[in-house]
Amino acid sequence: MATAHSKRIARLMISPSVLLLFAWMIIPLAMTVYFSFLHYNLLMPGMHEWIGFTNYEYFLTDPAFFAAMKNTLLLVGGVLVITTVGGVALATLLNMPLWGQGILRILFIAPFFIMPTVSALVWKNMFMNPVNGLFAHIAKFLGLAPFDFLAQAPLLSIIIIVAWMWLPFATLILLTALQSLDQEQLEAAEMDGAGAVKRFIHVVLPHIMRAITVVILIQTIFLLSIFAEILVTTNGGPGYASTNLTYLVYVQSLLQFDVGGGSAGGIIAVILANIVAIFLMRMIGKNLEA
Amino acid sequence: MARDIPISRKALFSALAWIIGILIFFPIFWTILTSFKTELEAIASPPALFNFHWTLENYVEVQSRSNYFLHFANSVIISLGSTILGLIIAIPGAWAMAFVPGKRTNGTLMWMLSTKMLPPVGVLIPIYLIFRDTGLLDTRTGLVIVLTLINLPIIIWMLYTYFKEIPGEILEAARMDGASLKAEIIHVLTPMAVPGIASTLLLNVILAWNEAFWTLNLTAAKAAPLTAFIASYSSPEGLFYAKLSAASTMAIAPILILGWFSQKQLVRGLTFGAVK
Repeated sequence: MATAHSKRIARLMISPSVLLLFAWMIIPLAMTVYFSFLHYNLLMPGMHEWIGFTNYEYFLTDPAFFAAMKNTLLLVGGVLVITTVGGVALATLLNMPLWGQGILRILFIAPFFIMPTVSALVWKNMFMNPVNGLFAHIAKFLGLAPFDFLAQAPLLSIIIIVAWMWLPFATLILLTALQSLDQEQLEAAEMDGAGAVKRFIHVVLPHIMRAITVVILIQTIFLLSIFAEILVTTNGGPGYASTNLTYLVYVQSLLQFDVGGGSAGGIIAVILANIVAIFLMRMIGKNLEA
Repeated sequence: MARDIPISRKALFSALAWIIGILIFFPIFWTILTSFKTELEAIASPPALFNFHWTLENYVEVQSRSNYFLHFANSVIISLGSTILGLIIAIPGAWAMAFVPGKRTNGTLMWMLSTKMLPPVGVLIPIYLIFRDTGLLDTRTGLVIVLTLINLPIIIWMLYTYFKEIPGEILEAARMDGASLKAEIIHVLTPMAVPGIASTLLLNVILAWNEAFWTLNLTAAKAAPLTAFIASYSSPEGLFYAKLSAASTMAIAPILILGWFSQKQLVRGLTFGAVK
């Protein structure tokens, strides 16, 4: 059906998207690479000296980098564990015959639609605030000392906020996967004498494995670039206690005007994301072809 | 899991699900509730659940103190603008790949998705400097451009997944019956493509509405959408719970409602049909 003529038209139709995406990817990235080799500070106009790998050396040996790296991994890993394990549990629960299933779905999915700045501020002020927050009221009611979440456990607090926003996403995707499970298969397993745990491990889990992989892939892409939640809650602090790689590059380039150093950090973030992406793509490839 | 579980177990699991559901939804409920309290009642200890003086004054205050509607309009223009522009660019491409697949189609699709894996912070500085030098900083045009490019891979993938499901035989059958190309497009293709385009539009409006990294870094006052406007409440002088709640409620309400209606498409769209 596809003639040479229709192929030419097809190529013409694809070219705007391909050209735009190619330009969007390659031009700024090339500029970032170039800047990363310069001594370039916005406060010192006109001075763009080529300094080789000095920016990288400086960025990689900065203690802030190690803190940010550790926080990035803890944040992504922590949220992934909470949302996948919690997501499987909640999806299993929602998949059972329940009263008010429609309303329950609405309650469970809602946090996913809340913009990051709103959820961060609501949690920070109305829940985690040590004086007026709801958690402080509850602590006082129970006769306990209020806990200053964002000052004493900043990273954990951010993990809680982000996990609250992404748990619904995992639940929704996994619930959809559960609903496509063949009921007869489960009944057959039950007839063969498999208990609930055995049925879950040998029938349910393999069936939703693909959905779990998709959840991990999509969440990782978004979680590596968490920014707004940190900006409005802790500003990366105290010290570097809640600074991730994205936030560190932002501070260096837009707050300290160090374009060279920030660019080196940006490139390191790109390399890190690519390493993660290669692992994920392999995992996905295995799961999607099976 | 079986269909005929005893009623006592159904009651037990329902109770459990309702408790968890209410806990998950509670922060949103609490925000909406606080938006109707006075500032004093909002920080009162112990907090009042329903027995307070319901008031709308916070909503009036939010608008009179800062131009809330400007930021609301910015959000609408930026999210709709970038989605529609993205659709205009993506529809022909997705169409061509779905109906005239070539040897390189799969590779092209994978490459497009891989641009999503590029962390925004890796290209923040050049974009910021280009915008500064071209006067695009703090403009709606600038944000529409950036958000279009960011969401383009997702738009193309979603459209491709939907178009792929339109069977080619129907088109051939129409052609055999002597339908002209024009009739084929208007009466056969469009009705089958519109639902897919509509869900893509819906989902990308949601994604663009909530996008915060670029809006926070590329806007200041004029072009700031609600994501950036709300962030201004993080400064100590903005610490008014009731007003923060009112502004938040107005910022999340439209997308919350839109999101509830599009749950089903959300799963298909976000997983590119990989989970059914």
